[in-house]
Amino acid sequence: MLTNHAKLMQFFAAANKVSGRKKLQKMVYILQKCHVPFEEKYQFHFYGPYSEELSLRIEELCNLGFISEEKEAKSNYIQYHYQITEDGNEFLNQFQMDMPDMTEQISLLKAKSSRFLELVSTMFYFEGFPDEAIVKKVHKIKPKQKYTDQEIEEAFQFIQRMKPVQ
Amino acid sequence: MPYKDEQLHEEKVFKDPVHRYVHVQDRVIWDLIAAPEFQRLRRIKQLGTSYLTFHGAEHSRFNHSLGVYEIVRRIIGNFENRNDWNDDERLLCLCAALLHDLGHGPFSHSFEKAFKLDHEHFTQQIILGDTHIHKILERVEPGFSQKVADVIDKTYEDKLVVSLISSQIDADRMDYLQRDAYFTGVSYGHFDMERILRVMRPIEDQVVIKSSGMHAVEDYIMSRYQMYWQVYFHPVTRSAEVILSKILHRAKYLFENNYTFKLKPFHFVSFFNEDVGLADYLKLDESIVFYYFQLWQEEDDVILRDLCERFINRRLFKYIEFNPNQQMKEWMELYRLFKAAGIDPDYYLEVDSSSDLPYDFYRPGEEDERLPINLLMPDGQLKELSRNSDIVESISGKKRTDHKLYFPADVVRKLSDALPAKQRIMELLNLEQPLKGENEHAD
Repeated sequence: MLTNHAKLMQFFAAANKVSGRKKLQKMVYILQKCHVPFEEKYQFHFYGPYSEELSLRIEELCNLGFISEEKEAKSNYIQYHYQITEDGNEFLNQFQMDMPDMTEQISLLKAKSSRFLELVSTMFYFEGFPDEAIVKKVHKIKPKQKYTDQEIEEAFQFIQRMKPVQ
Repeated sequence: MPYKDEQLHEEKVFKDPVHRYVHVQDRVIWDLIAAPEFQRLRRIKQLGTSYLTFHGAEHSRFNHSLGVYEIVRRIIGNFENRNDWNDDERLLCLCAALLHDLGHGPFSHSFEKAFKLDHEHFTQQIILGDTHIHKILERVEPGFSQKVADVIDKTYEDKLVVSLISSQIDADRMDYLQRDAYFTGVSYGHFDMERILRVMRPIEDQVVIKSSGMHAVEDYIMSRYQMYWQVYFHPVTRSAEVILSKILHRAKYLFENNYTFKLKPFHFVSFFNEDVGLADYLKLDESIVFYYFQLWQEEDDVILRDLCERFINRRLFKYIEFNPNQQMKEWMELYRLFKAAGIDPDYYLEVDSSSDLPYDFYRPGEEDERLPINLLMPDGQLKELSRNSDIVESISGKKRTDHKLYFPADVVRKLSDALPAKQRIMELLNLEQPLKGENEHAD
């Protein structure tokens, strides 16, 4: 029951706090690509891979009181923060499930900006293409982001570091 | 004449209950419809298990795909010669519209979850792999199949083309809302599509709506909202989905544990092994699934036999409202009690959740990923729909979630009264009185 919810709760338990909706979307997608068995379905959207299912599931977890959502007014935008609650921890304790340890990957991801994770997740989306074709795709479908060669190179290196979670 | 420009000698029409006629003039479209991979869609129902709730809902993915094609054909007809519209994209749009659901399998939702599949992945494979569809598209021009695949995957560079097939007001949704309303027989789901098509305008990388058409769009948004809760998330349909999903999990479990089926489930082997190639995928349509479900009613395994018999004969699970936050302990108690009573809770106790977001708007400064519906004001400015419409504003950005607990009431009631667990199960499941819908067979 609610297994997919519980998997996400494991993520929040490991991440402690996640700031930004876009960042959250990209983190879960990249972890999925690193073989963490999240089952949310992703499609390509405005900012790259995006999961409607994830968005709905987070909302459900908030409604259930397992995750807290806080809004923070920044100078010209609103930032959302997500964190596991006591009820959420209690719910998680009742579940026994095998999930790989994703702590290291999560801390690598948290240290990056959402713009960078947008780039990385977009590159992951075209996984299997030759590197040149990936770069071409990024420039074609994200012309407004104007990613530099340096950023793209850094993203390739980051992908290498994000080895599959054991 | 190049193949891409070839026209049929006479226009062909398909009679259609929603759009009256679907018109085909392009040779390419006619050939795509005739391809085996497209004809396969006739054998896949558009609404999966909904026919067990709404007996008219037997329409197929084939009907819907033609419908989406027809809507896009009409939109493009209106866009011709307008600024911001590139007529060279016409055939690409038509092909993408026609083929957007090509990778759907039987009862997609349950199969995808049980066997970790993704129908979109198969759509791409059918378009890009060694198939009739691929050959037809490549005859248009080398690389054309990749363009079609990119539009459907939403990674095509021209976002205007993508938005016709996939956005908050796209041809896909406009067709399925009307078609599903027609075949289920419900009165929601209807809106003035002709009006919407007349007020759609292409600008740069999106389709916008002339502000004078706002009320027609309001109707469309409301009909989507109602269809989700009245049809798509109907609790009886979800009960059938739960059973279907349990059948697939049970059959997979048995296969993995070397159970000997009376007839080897050839068509399912690669699904059970989670190693499904395109050829196997294309072979499995609903007729095959029902064939196996019929056979499995005769299996020695009691659980598989019972679940199949339930699904085939519409002996569905009953349900009660359930709040996982407040009732988690009850659920765990039920889980233990079911075990004690000899009813396997992994197959006979399930919480199902449904959620929908009727319309989402984009607030500047927020990180949302859905492009909003924009109104084109008389002065040429764009205004997001919910800022102008009180009706849309009232349901914007609001997700609704519904959790239900499903179980076989008939099995519980038949437990021996001498069994200590029975009384408590009956209490927890509110079975002391008839449940809603119990003893009724009508929808």
